[in-house]
Amino acid sequence: MTVAGIPLIEVNNLKKYFNVGRGAVLKAVDNVSLHIMEGETLGLVGESGCGKTTMGRTIIRLYEPTSGQVLFEGKNVHKLDGQQLREFNRKAQMIFQDPYASLNPRMTVGDIIGEGIDIHGIYKNKERTDRIYELLGVVGLNKEHANRFPHEFSGGQRQRIGIARALAVEPKFIVCDEPISALDVSIQAQVINLLMELQQKLKLTYLFIAHDLSMVKYVSDRIAVMYLGVVVELATSEDLHNRPLHPYTQALLSAIPVPDPETERKKKRILLEGDVPSPINPPEGCRFAKRCRYAKPVCTEQQPEFKEVEKNHFVACHLY
Amino acid sequence: MAQGWNPGGTSFWKDVWLRLEKNKPAMFGLVVVIIFSAVAIIAPLLSPADPLKTDLSNRLKPPGSPSEICSNGVYILGSDEFGRDILSRILFGARVSLSVGIISQVLVTAIGVTMGALAGYYGGKVDMIIMRIADILFAFPDLLFYIGVMFALGPSIYNVFIALALIGWAGMARLVRSQVLYLREMEYVEAARAQGLSDARIILRHILPNCMGPIIVSVTMGIPGAILAEASLSFLGLGVQPPTPSWGNMIYAARSYMLTNPWYSVWPGIAIMITVFSFNLLGDGLRDALDPRLKR
Repeated sequence: MTVAGIPLIEVNNLKKYFNVGRGAVLKAVDNVSLHIMEGETLGLVGESGCGKTTMGRTIIRLYEPTSGQVLFEGKNVHKLDGQQLREFNRKAQMIFQDPYASLNPRMTVGDIIGEGIDIHGIYKNKERTDRIYELLGVVGLNKEHANRFPHEFSGGQRQRIGIARALAVEPKFIVCDEPISALDVSIQAQVINLLMELQQKLKLTYLFIAHDLSMVKYVSDRIAVMYLGVVVELATSEDLHNRPLHPYTQALLSAIPVPDPETERKKKRILLEGDVPSPINPPEGCRFAKRCRYAKPVCTEQQPEFKEVEKNHFVACHLY
Repeated sequence: MAQGWNPGGTSFWKDVWLRLEKNKPAMFGLVVVIIFSAVAIIAPLLSPADPLKTDLSNRLKPPGSPSEICSNGVYILGSDEFGRDILSRILFGARVSLSVGIISQVLVTAIGVTMGALAGYYGGKVDMIIMRIADILFAFPDLLFYIGVMFALGPSIYNVFIALALIGWAGMARLVRSQVLYLREMEYVEAARAQGLSDARIILRHILPNCMGPIIVSVTMGIPGAILAEASLSFLGLGVQPPTPSWGNMIYAARSYMLTNPWYSVWPGIAIMITVFSFNLLGDGLRDALDPRLKR
């Protein structure tokens, strides 16, 4: 499933630290490097608080990075201005986690979707209206919905409106920040299928953020696993599932229930001990060392390098 | 706020009106406010007498007493210590009281919302400077501040507006700032930022419309406060200058006759009470109507 081609996005040594007062620094994203190919879906998984969302937001400029850079089509997105910035704002969009907080309750659905069109002056008057109707159709709503307010819709419908808003500016790249975790299970599949359909049709590139590995496996070409601000493993979706290398990835995968009672009973779950350490002053060396079954002395002393151990399979672990 | 998007559908404000219409107390408040405003505007047509015309032979007459200066021949609400018609003075007083209440709150809202939005949205030094000024104003005794401003600028109704606005914006700024601090973290604001909207547009379209409720409630509470503040200033001789009538200076003039002629102070008191009450009912109703989530 790997998509060959040129990287649309390159993230180089990205760091995003937050000052949380009294000299304490929260290292939400700590020295992450990866790239996203044009037309692919890169899944980003990890527990809550591991920095996935911060990473997504920094990539589309909602946050300024502490250091490092994000290149979009070869240009540093945090250094853009004028026309190039406007273009980036069109090409890179985001779909948010909470469909109840991501739509302005004071605006009609038509205005919410139309705002991007207005700002970038893509269409006017009649064409604008037609485009809004078209977008509503694309996401499975109809044009009567344009004059309603967000509170009149269900969670799944609201998420569709959020998707239509992102699509309105004709983007190339969309950060999907846990787009389904706030939805009912019955609706999740619908939204996922819509996103994948749109990707096919519009040749979109996704950064798909989630904490549910099974869902990410289904949608992603490649998957990056994050733990406490660092990417610990990055591989194609199949590779990662068949041969997880990092002990943390192994533990995550073992937690996915299998829809077969026989296998499920025999399966051995790897139970992690302890809690995720605080990202404020994280431990020296490998961040996972304290909970790792294979931890060696070197793990608590030296931070493992993120290296390619097999073709297209990167891992940050002293075992390899 | 449905700008440019209204092909046959109900707009936001139309929706608000439909909800307000169903709220009986609020409609009562609105009707009274409109009537009082109309009365203030056409006071010369309604008044039976010139509010400044004295008749020293008919001082402090009870309501219903015969009058020589009133066109209908009767002091409907009685006469004051100079034999002036109290009804006429109340009608003309509505001009002063309502304009003080409304104009000062317009100024308070303009300054307070701007300052609060800037402080809340940009944070940092801007926030520090604006909010420290607001804190100083809060710590300053209001009346002392008014007196200072009136002494500096001279007593007149325009300077009453200025004095009330100069101190009143601080409360509005604080209110708006707290709302903006909360709203700027909302995901729809981030979505707007991701689309490349300017700060001004984000504030005007995505943040401020969502703090309308508290602002409107604050304004309706502020109007009666301003009416009373004007009364205090008039009492001190720094507000509206006698013989021009205002409800405030009428009450204070009546205080000396409280025991002998209680009705004299009752009329302007009732006028203030009904106005304040109506604004409050209207404010409550507007708050409910402006929140689309509160559909019944």
